[in-house]
Amino acid sequence: MRSGELYSSTRRDVLIRGANLVAAGALLGPLGSLARAADAKPIKVGFLYSASRDDYGFNQSFAVAAKRIAKMPGVSVEEQERVPETAQCERVMESMIQVDGCKGIVATSFGYWPFVLKLAAKYPDVLFIHGGALWKDGDPKNAIGYRGYMEEPHYLCGIAAGRMTKTGKLGFIGSKPLYFIFNNCNGFVLGARSVRPDATCRVVITGDWDNPVKEAQAVNALADQGVDVIIADVDGPKVSIETAERRGIYSCGYHTDLSALAPKGFLTGAEWNWAKAGDFIHAWQTGGKYPNLLRGGFKDGMVAISPFGKAVPENVRQEVLKAQQGFVDDTLKLYKGPLKDNEGKQVLAAGQTVSNTDNDYKVNVKWLVEGAIGETGLK
Amino acid sequence: MTASGIGWYGVALAIIGGALRVSTPYLFVSLGEVLTEKSGRVNLGLEGILLMGAMTGFAVGSLSGSPWLGVLAAGGAGALLGLLHAGICNLPRVNDIAVGIALFLFGMGLAFYLGKPFIAPRAAMLPALQLGAWSNEPAVRAALEISPLFLIGIALAIALRWGLANTRWGLVLRMAGESADAARALGYSVNAIRTLATMCGGFLGGIGGAFLSLYYPGNWNEGLSSGQGLMAIALVIFARWNPLRCLWASLLFGGASALGPALQTVGVTSGYYLYSAAPYVLTLALLVYSSSTRHTLAGAPSELSISR
Amino acid sequence: MPSSSDSAVDQQPLTKLPAAPWSRQLSLASAPAYAAALESACLSIGALVVALVLFGIFVAVGGHDPLAVYGALYLGAFGTRFSIEGALTQASPIILTALCTAVPARVGLLVIGGEGALVLGGLCAVLCATASAGAPGWIGALVALLGGTCAGAAWIGAVGALKQWRGVNETISSLLLNYIAIALFNHLISGPIRDFSQTLKATSWPVPPAFGIGSIPGWSVHWGLVIGIGLCIVLFVVLRYTTLGFSMDILGGNRRAAQVAGLPIGRLLIVACLIGGGAAGLAGAIEVLAVHGAASESLIVGFGYTGILVAFLARQNPLAVIPVALLVGGISASGGLLQRRFDMPDATTQVLEGLIFICVLASSAFAGRIRWLAR
Repeated sequence: MRSGELYSSTRRDVLIRGANLVAAGALLGPLGSLARAADAKPIKVGFLYSASRDDYGFNQSFAVAAKRIAKMPGVSVEEQERVPETAQCERVMESMIQVDGCKGIVATSFGYWPFVLKLAAKYPDVLFIHGGALWKDGDPKNAIGYRGYMEEPHYLCGIAAGRMTKTGKLGFIGSKPLYFIFNNCNGFVLGARSVRPDATCRVVITGDWDNPVKEAQAVNALADQGVDVIIADVDGPKVSIETAERRGIYSCGYHTDLSALAPKGFLTGAEWNWAKAGDFIHAWQTGGKYPNLLRGGFKDGMVAISPFGKAVPENVRQEVLKAQQGFVDDTLKLYKGPLKDNEGKQVLAAGQTVSNTDNDYKVNVKWLVEGAIGETGLK
Repeated sequence: MTASGIGWYGVALAIIGGALRVSTPYLFVSLGEVLTEKSGRVNLGLEGILLMGAMTGFAVGSLSGSPWLGVLAAGGAGALLGLLHAGICNLPRVNDIAVGIALFLFGMGLAFYLGKPFIAPRAAMLPALQLGAWSNEPAVRAALEISPLFLIGIALAIALRWGLANTRWGLVLRMAGESADAARALGYSVNAIRTLATMCGGFLGGIGGAFLSLYYPGNWNEGLSSGQGLMAIALVIFARWNPLRCLWASLLFGGASALGPALQTVGVTSGYYLYSAAPYVLTLALLVYSSSTRHTLAGAPSELSISR
Repeated sequence: MPSSSDSAVDQQPLTKLPAAPWSRQLSLASAPAYAAALESACLSIGALVVALVLFGIFVAVGGHDPLAVYGALYLGAFGTRFSIEGALTQASPIILTALCTAVPARVGLLVIGGEGALVLGGLCAVLCATASAGAPGWIGALVALLGGTCAGAAWIGAVGALKQWRGVNETISSLLLNYIAIALFNHLISGPIRDFSQTLKATSWPVPPAFGIGSIPGWSVHWGLVIGIGLCIVLFVVLRYTTLGFSMDILGGNRRAAQVAGLPIGRLLIVACLIGGGAAGLAGAIEVLAVHGAASESLIVGFGYTGILVAFLARQNPLAVIPVALLVGGISASGGLLQRRFDMPDATTQVLEGLIFICVLASSAFAGRIRWLAR
């Protein structure tokens, strides 16, 4: 499948597909407020992205939400791409406020947060929404941090991976050595080992948010080790997924719907659902209530999984969806004892469980679970 | 640390495979630069040319459906930028290194500007030759899956090595690089020679870019190149302006880029940032070792501003 | 064929110096000096106009109205007090990184290592601030700024030393050192000096808040800008009116002449690199103290490379660096408006900067050709 195939999938298709998916997610809550939006004041919302918004990755996951939010009554959207996380992003936000008259700012990248805090104090009449749940008591009330528990959909990807792998060897590619990347990795491995107890997962950290050559090298190196399912937690996993497809191995997506990239080997993917920003904006328009800090998993509709690829048989799909329901009902816990880390040390005793919403626990995860080959370097 | 199964053998395969896959852009860009520098000029703008080539190749490949047409267009775009470089350098009192830096910024900006609509679409990839079909081991087969461009690059390296030494064209080119006065005395236009050499260098640099976008990693976005074009300039010095040594050096640099990920797959996880700096440290060490204040670097054209 | 490194610089007219630097001191305040400066300014402005025209054509081919785009550029860069503040914010690090190229250029070296010196300056500022935790605010800030400056100076100083003692080409070595510095920086902030309470981004230990550099009262621009402008003025005076500057100009203009005059060539080369690297290191320290409060990958955003552009546009003159940095800062600051108003790609301003760079370089071919100025 090297040559001759010309894919016609355009950014628009992908965005629309993504938007439909978000619409499906609306059943779970977000954007449910659309119907009663008649009394909303017009508002302009500015989105800042750290890279191109059709990157098949983190930025696109927000652009999908932006597209959706732009359709809300009385809401118009301004977007600016490739804004660096320096004093310049502060200027861009101020420019959106002062020049464009934005009353809402959605700052997507993590590094924007200190600047968001500074400006939220300066512009109390503007709502600031940030894609990283860093808000704490004492921070301005017109700032919101929200973020999904991505380890939950990773767990589901892990189940699919554990069922589909023949060699029992999985691969995880991470961008930076950060706690949430390692939680995602743990989720992936735990999911896999819940259905395939002897599965192992090799962990490669590229060290860059976005470095296509290194990511492709990592996928190849993993495949050379006999790995036959990979997931890539990098900014834009397009290259990883396509490389996996060429090597004839399975892949799972991250950030947004990537199923079109690997028609043969795509299993499913872990997706953000940022559409809650629509609720916040609506509340700001109408003087309603909104949270300052929102973290959640499937239970709160903050995360989703991608449509299953062709390769995934019905019984595996059912198994994955059942686990998803487990997260929705809060009957399935990600971290539960007995649990060992990959150095053989007991982390949780039998019977001990960690609540799926225990963020403090997750932030302090500096180890990888048994079955993961690699280290966090955080200890 | 459980390097089970294929283990260290797999690491070696990943490095060999990585070297074969990643070396091609280095090879093309450095061969292009050898050609340019042999004529007595430095083109520091190869990163811009590489990015323009990658963008053009991907855009043409995705619009026309033919990746080979994309490769050709990428070469054309590179040659045009080479012409721009040469045109400005032909003016009196213009410093070629500075023009190169300008071309780097301009080419990068232009590629990002024109390439914006091509980030989302996909293009058909260049085909690969399955040289490992004899093996039952999938890892071996994958490592020996070679792009025809790589083979073309090897042929080109040999041809350039031979051509520079043994043909009239090669002699004239080298003369322009060794002594512009001598070339002028024999009635050659030094500027014309250098313009041609820079354009050919740009053509090859553009093809190197097309390899990135149309074969490996096979994508177009702003983060595609992690400095391969800039690196190639160091690589030429590393290879002492010898096209054949460019081939070995490209393989070495390519292998080095696979080292970090390959080691991590067997559990050696620390220091990945330092591994990725290895080629730069190596080149610098070699430069410090082999340079001297008393004589030029062996193999360096005398007219070259960076070797004096 | 001259092949010794002695000839390395004398055939490369990096800086547009008069042919005989000797004559310059005699006529410091006389008409030819002003004529040269005037000619230099005219050439730069002419190049700028040509670049803007070419950019207009480029934009028009893309289906946009060039006049409207020029208008947005002006509005986004200098149209309002707000946009001027934006331009100043953008300009403040690149004023300093431009010096990293401009000062070594005075002795004939083409250094492009500003990016590496900047990140190491930021890194060292963090280390110094941590070491002096508990000290009064201004002392801590001073120590951190000095630490950053020294780190940058040492880094680029090494480039000069390698050039002098091993004959290693300074452009290539400083380019390689950029990559090495960034790798070292990333390695340290993701482990050894990492602040693990920062969860979403690898960040170094924080700088004590008391050491932070604040804003200029009434402006949303930090004091780093004033430091940068001050350094430019000081360097301009030093390079123009002291023996050191004079010796550097001789060396940059003609290395043989410098040898004949018995100047300490090695020392001059290294001093120029130390000053340049120190400026870039200072830029990193200021970014850390005034903007980020810690060292993170937010320092690696290309300030060093933009500095090269500014240095060449300013024709390596520290005083000219100030307006040029403001111009380039304004262009980058207006990029957002072009994106949002015209839906143009973010790289539009990069294309314009590249065009200006090329035109300015090409214009140096016309130096000395404008006869009426010389009269």
